[in-house]
Amino acid sequence: MKLHSKDILGMKELTPGEILLILDTADSFAEVSTRDIKKVPTLRGKTIINLFYEASTRTRTSFELAAKRLSADAINISTSTSSVVKGETLIDTARTLEAMNPDIVVIRHSASGAPHLIARMVRHSVINGGDGFHEHPTQALLDMLTIRRRKGSLKGLEVAIIGDIAHSRVAHSNIHGLTRMGCRVTVCGPAPMIPRDVEKLGVSVTCNMEEAVRNRDVVMMLRIQFERHRASFPSIREYAKFYCLNEERLALANPGALVMHPGPINRGTEIAPDIADGMQSVILEQVTNGIAVRMALLYLLSGGSP
Amino acid sequence: MKRLLRGARIIDPSQNLDGVLDLLIEDGRIRSLGETTTAGGDRTGIEEWDLTGKIVVPGLVDMHTHLREPGFEYKETIRSGSEAAAAGGFTSVACMANTNPVNDTRSVTEFILRKAREHGIVRVYPVAAISRGLRGEVLTEFGDLKEAGAAAFSDDGKWVVDSSLMRQALEYAASFGMPVISHCEDPFLSKDGAMNEGRVSTELGLQGIPSIGEEIAVRREIALAEYTGVPVHIAHVSTAGSVRAIREAKKAGIPVTAETAPHYFTLTEDLLEGYDTAYKVNPPLRAERDVEAVKEGLADGTIDAIATDHAPHSSIEKDVEFEYAACGMIGLETALGLSLKLVRDGVLTMPQLVEKMSLHPARILRIPRGTLKEGADGDVTVIDPDVFWKVRVDSFRSLSRNSPFHGWPLQGKAVMTLLGGEIRHNEL
Amino acid sequence: MNKVVMDGEEIERSITRIAYEILEKNRGADALIVIGIRTGGVFLASRLRDKISAIEKREIPFGILDVTFYRDDVTKMDNKPKPGRTDIPFSIDGKKVVLVDDVLFTGRTIRAAMDALIDFGRPKLIQLAVLVDRGHRELPIWPDYTGLDLPSSLWENVKVQLFERTGKDQVVIEEEG
Repeated sequence: MKLHSKDILGMKELTPGEILLILDTADSFAEVSTRDIKKVPTLRGKTIINLFYEASTRTRTSFELAAKRLSADAINISTSTSSVVKGETLIDTARTLEAMNPDIVVIRHSASGAPHLIARMVRHSVINGGDGFHEHPTQALLDMLTIRRRKGSLKGLEVAIIGDIAHSRVAHSNIHGLTRMGCRVTVCGPAPMIPRDVEKLGVSVTCNMEEAVRNRDVVMMLRIQFERHRASFPSIREYAKFYCLNEERLALANPGALVMHPGPINRGTEIAPDIADGMQSVILEQVTNGIAVRMALLYLLSGGSP
Repeated sequence: MKRLLRGARIIDPSQNLDGVLDLLIEDGRIRSLGETTTAGGDRTGIEEWDLTGKIVVPGLVDMHTHLREPGFEYKETIRSGSEAAAAGGFTSVACMANTNPVNDTRSVTEFILRKAREHGIVRVYPVAAISRGLRGEVLTEFGDLKEAGAAAFSDDGKWVVDSSLMRQALEYAASFGMPVISHCEDPFLSKDGAMNEGRVSTELGLQGIPSIGEEIAVRREIALAEYTGVPVHIAHVSTAGSVRAIREAKKAGIPVTAETAPHYFTLTEDLLEGYDTAYKVNPPLRAERDVEAVKEGLADGTIDAIATDHAPHSSIEKDVEFEYAACGMIGLETALGLSLKLVRDGVLTMPQLVEKMSLHPARILRIPRGTLKEGADGDVTVIDPDVFWKVRVDSFRSLSRNSPFHGWPLQGKAVMTLLGGEIRHNEL
Repeated sequence: MNKVVMDGEEIERSITRIAYEILEKNRGADALIVIGIRTGGVFLASRLRDKISAIEKREIPFGILDVTFYRDDVTKMDNKPKPGRTDIPFSIDGKKVVLVDDVLFTGRTIRAAMDALIDFGRPKLIQLAVLVDRGHRELPIWPDYTGLDLPSSLWENVKVQLFERTGKDQVVIEEEG
């Protein structure tokens, strides 16, 4: 079994078979992280570079741990300044890194399509660690792994994705991935946060939170990016009033519905604290599964013919 | 010096002429046009060209070009741009004002004209800025600029947001008999935008530029033209809504003209999947229905002209993240080949195409081009409508390579370009 | 051309014999655990464990080991083997581990399995039980318990088919081509 591309750029490019392969592989890798010695020699001698143009703690740490638990050498390059400010172009940076013969480069960048630009230029594999408002495929895969481990299967599940859909790469990746695996997806948020023609991606759209949550099996909340985007809504207070996942709203969902959030959480804005810490929350499982998913991808992309 | 072009199909919409005729050029001017130009006459000293199977038309006029000089000579110079124009069949080009310094003073206009005269490859018509520094605040000195040789006014690249200023521009330009060209784009609606807004921008996570941003601006220009009675020309029409608005305005007798560029009737937004910056232009590539509407607009006369919006950029501006990349693609050397497809597809007749690439732009700019009438300057383009060729950016005369058409097979091209009777480009 | 080299009865007898050999060699079942190597060794190990448990009348711990992560060839492969779950829900420190696989061939799988086991703890000793030893070793590894010594050619495939998977117990030789 293999992936058709040397790169993981987005969920849109993955077939259902490839998604299953990744999830199944991740299921096996999950066990490694439960051992006393959380390390296997699988990728000994491989070099993985985490090239992060955006601040990130959890994704970078997750990729780093995934690489280290597979015995690969992981290097982190973090820079908050964009390549435009820095003076060196992204392509020059990519070529410089390529000259050091890495096997896989994970890139996070604030510009949509930056990983595609690099992937076209270099021989090694590129994994998109989140690009602009485009995609965050490893987040979607870990979300899907979390749902599958709890619900057994993805097929036929009702999933609500709630928040700033227009500016959420997590939402975009999950829309592609979940619909492909047979989930019915409803997106919800204030109207200015719903991107144009999103229904053409095969999802239902509502601006009413109660309607979005009612009878869902999974409620996926998104992080509101105060720091990143000009406000598409009048105030945080108003957002929280209409779109915060609280006990009353969650009660509308199916019994045992999963509460998810890619983190970091703005408590009280996107999700009430007692819900985030509650019985139905799988937010920390998402983090745990993230390592397994990233181990699976590093494994599947490593070696073989370039 | 006499040149005789024999055996070609000659199309000159300015005289409603379409037939196999001979064309005699003498001392740089069109001398005669007829079936028996030289029959029985003295042929000594005449250079004869057998152009059987070719089409001879008045030299093409590109009313919307960026020559980048002064200021961005690494992208294009007046000379390289002129060579590209001649190779593409153009004998006249109007160059936009967004140089550095901006063409908002007599000295810049004179500089451009002097540079163009130095080599004289094609006729260059500088379009001066409407507002100083293209800032949309204060009008430039229209009268002085006209005297210096400016052909029209435009803040191309930016919309004149201040409606009062645009009204003044139209009225003031009219008093000097000068045309005004408007780049229609509401900057608030297109803020941070990188491509057309719709399913593709949503999927690619790129900030969208909604079609209404163009249409709102077009409708304001129409309202101003109606109120002032002054003609306005709409640059690079790209949306179905703009075509509809202009069609209605023309029907109502409002003095509005419009141009589009080959990429707006050839390419759609779907091509941006993959984030290839060669497809990044402003206005952005739109949806299929917009492309169809632009073609309909060309066919029914709503859109008067085809211009290139030739916008050279180097790899420094283009080989970067999509949202940081500059907008624009070059077009002088592909425009005719792409436009001839409209004729083969039955969208336009060949005479209509010649109107849109020569006569109409000349009329809108109010310049004495686009005709083969006796006594006119010998600006002539010879087209081989059948030849198959492959676009190769490395063979372009332009200094830039930012064409998405690299590798495209095209049919038909300019094989000879004459300016004032002199051969400026020749593949025969 | 397929040739049956062991039938169901022979397999059953081999497992019974190996069970007694294990108990004899280890002087009983104290600290004994049985671990099957995915995928071929799992059902065999399970049967062996059941046999020993029945003889000793007590539960012998049983685990499953997937060696994919420890293989020396995965990073060179385009088509990656899908790793299976490892399930060793107990400590192996100080234990006598009997590793079980169906066919012993180059020895590389056993090398990987031993490396994997040692990442789980420090067993007192590791022994190896295989149903078929077909020779052609590439590493210095020898079985402690063997069902059948079967000298084979490199052009042949030795397949252990078990009831749990194929509905029938037998060992066959397949000739390639």
